[in-house]
Amino acid sequence: MNIPGPVLILGGKSDIGLACAHAFAAEGHPVWLAARDAGQLEAAKTDMALRHGVEVETFAFDATDIAAHEGFVDGLPALPSVVICAVGAMGEQLDNERDVAKAAQVMRANFEGPATLLGVFANRMEARGSGAIVGISSVAGDRGRATNYIYGSAKAGFTAFLSGLRNRLAGAGVHVVTVRPGFVNTAMTAGMDLPAKLTAEPDELGTAVLNAVRKGRNDIYVRRIWWLVMLIIRNIPEMVFKKLSL
Amino acid sequence: MKLGGWGRFGAEDTALTAPRDGSEAAEALTRGPVIARGNGRAYGQSAVGKTTTISTRNLNKMVSFDAKKGELVAEAGVLIGDIIDAFLPRGWFPYVTPGTKFVTLGGAIAADVHGKNHHIEGSFGQYVTWIEVMEADGTVTRCARNKNRKLFEWTIGGMGLTGVILRAAIRLRPVESAWIRQTMVPAANLRDAMRVFEANHDATYSVAWIDCLATGDALGRSLVMLGEHATAGDLDVTRARRPLAIPPKRKLSVPFDMPGFMLNGHTVRAFNKLYYWKGCRAEGESLVDWDSYFYPLDSILGWNRIYGRKGFLQFQCALPLSTARDGLTALLSAISEAGQGSFLAVLKRLGAQDSRFSFPMEGYTLALDFPATTSALALMDWLDGITLDHGGRFYLAKDARMGADTLRRADPRVGEFAEMRGQKGRAETFQSVQSERLKI
Ligand SMILES: Cc1cc2nc3c(=O)[nH]c(=O)nc-3n(C[C@H](O)[C@H](O)[C@H](O)COP(=O)(O)OP(=O)(O)OC[C@H]3O[C@@H](n4cnc5c(N)ncnc54)[C@H](O)[C@@H]3O)c2cc1C
Ligand SMILES: NC(=O)c1ccc[n+]([C@@H]2O[C@H](COP(=O)([O-])OP(=O)(O)OC[C@H]3O[C@@H](n4cnc5c(N)ncnc54)[C@H](OP(=O)(O)O)[C@@H]3O)[C@@H](O)[C@H]2O)c1
Repeated sequence: MNIPGPVLILGGKSDIGLACAHAFAAEGHPVWLAARDAGQLEAAKTDMALRHGVEVETFAFDATDIAAHEGFVDGLPALPSVVICAVGAMGEQLDNERDVAKAAQVMRANFEGPATLLGVFANRMEARGSGAIVGISSVAGDRGRATNYIYGSAKAGFTAFLSGLRNRLAGAGVHVVTVRPGFVNTAMTAGMDLPAKLTAEPDELGTAVLNAVRKGRNDIYVRRIWWLVMLIIRNIPEMVFKKLSL
Repeated sequence: MKLGGWGRFGAEDTALTAPRDGSEAAEALTRGPVIARGNGRAYGQSAVGKTTTISTRNLNKMVSFDAKKGELVAEAGVLIGDIIDAFLPRGWFPYVTPGTKFVTLGGAIAADVHGKNHHIEGSFGQYVTWIEVMEADGTVTRCARNKNRKLFEWTIGGMGLTGVILRAAIRLRPVESAWIRQTMVPAANLRDAMRVFEANHDATYSVAWIDCLATGDALGRSLVMLGEHATAGDLDVTRARRPLAIPPKRKLSVPFDMPGFMLNGHTVRAFNKLYYWKGCRAEGESLVDWDSYFYPLDSILGWNRIYGRKGFLQFQCALPLSTARDGLTALLSAISEAGQGSFLAVLKRLGAQDSRFSFPMEGYTLALDFPATTSALALMDWLDGITLDHGGRFYLAKDARMGADTLRRADPRVGEFAEMRGQKGRAETFQSVQSERLKI
């Protein structure tokens, strides 16, 4: 029987990242949680170890500190079997429009940082000839909309990156999964009045990611309805689209 | 947003917030009046805040487990089902569990829930070692039987009206297997059912499903289900190989509201008859897995939708031993006379309990649910009266429509509860839509 390998969660404090961690831990995988402040992961670490009886370790990293990427990966106990990136930041669209520093920060936290870091894992997994890479992107990347195109454009970049990476590694034994959640009930969306039928709980993402890794799925929406919603949104002619408020 | 209870009868506007730690919870208190909300399994508006509702969904970490004492420390939002998932494989099970595993630790303490073993093992509160409560001024007080005892006693069964439970320590029961040895005993009528309960007082679990549309000599016809945790020796070879595991089950879900007319006197009558005869055929002993035994309804997610958009109501009262037979006869006669059958009518023997504000008392409890219609509301007023006449009381976790007067007449403890509420800013800070209606 296969011994479940370690799963690294980048953005280990996020609700989506933690839900993924629980899903894998429940299957016996050791879990490595990484966040900017590793001290804030202690409660989650104890909880996860108690619930699932697996080894849990915590690490500090900053996805936007690009120079530190190689060193961070070197510092891990080993190259993980699965790496899941749930790093992201939305900010406020209005702030992002007016303040270039804020816009750049959103672009870095959703695209530049996650993509370059996953790139380091990709190279090493390719050399090893095995592994799975999961990127949590967003439906916001499917088409830019006035209300959140700074975040959306970074996610679009991330989605394209993941698709290229999957293409590159298809023959190398490394599987890449793109996850495009719609609305998820997390810290990021706290206080927003979201439509219940379109809003997934973090658990649903955890299960979906676990299944995608196991079954070799490439690109998933969570809550199937989002596939349809985005199909429609992508196909509205630009002439009409530009006048809509979505 | 609009928020209601499990019965989906009525919804009120409230701001829902889900703090991630003590300081966020303290901040939420300043947007009061508030009430804590666990997983919203109370039927009425016990967990709907007057202004703000504090969800414990993000206070859901397990903190520690002492395997010598079987003691778990966890945050209030942890579900009973999570505790089972984590600890049954290691040979532990909650001492007391309600009929759904989707309740939180905080909700189980605040309603001081009872299970099928109440007659000998008491309610949930008995297995709570300590509780950390955030009081009206935002400070956190740890209370136990030997420390801040009054706060401890009022919080157990206090329906969130003493403060927000943040964490608690509870003891778990060691078990050898994930299976229950069930004995099904058909009872021809109420007298017979009560005889079975009394004769089996030493059974760990006992509960009866009751056909509340049966009349005459068959009034109170029921299936009494007794249960014991199976030991390793009770299992066959296959099950004994992995005694603490059960085969995975398929989950059904009710994705949309069923039209209300699907549930009426005829369908309920037909269902009840069928259920009773099936039960009689299953008479005797069988092995049942823990999930099917304790939580038969949980396998149908969102089953509360079968009652349609208008929602449904639950009636649950407890009657003292001395008046139980007369009281139950009167209640069941009223129900069958009204022709308002209920799919889920449950009769249970309760053991003695002395507590500040909890529901159970020595005697019998009857729980029924009805689709929310005007005739059901009228019937429930009638049932209230019968309960009062027989010295009974009502379960607040199930109530969605009782009047303040009825509660006062049923429960002399309300006076002292109100007095406690008058202290330390509790009454101003902690209010639910239910507490306002009941004036407590
Ligand atoms: C199918 C089903 C079967 C049931 N069977 C039984 C049964 O057999 N026995 C039984 O006793 N009950 C039973 N119940 C009722 C249920 O156990 C109680 O209503 C329980 O309180 C629900 O827990 P919850 O976490 O959903 O709490 P909620 O419904 O969210 O809240 C219930 C009460 O607890 C308070 N509360 C919740 N969390 C906290 C907290 N952290 N701090 C302070 N107060 C808090 C709320 O303010 C509210 O007053 C059943 C309910 C259902 C739906
Ligand atoms: N919630 C939704 O509706 C939704 C929808 C679609 C996609 N998503 C995506 O899902 C992912 C997880 O988000 P969430 O909803 O769980 O929200 P979240 O809790 O806010 O998670 C975002 C995480 O990103 C981390 N992060 C931000 N900048 C970082 C940086 N420079 N370095 C390291 N970590 C950084 C944060 O870490 P710290 O703890 O260190 O701050 C935080 O844990 C994100 O990529 C998000 O874009 C969410």
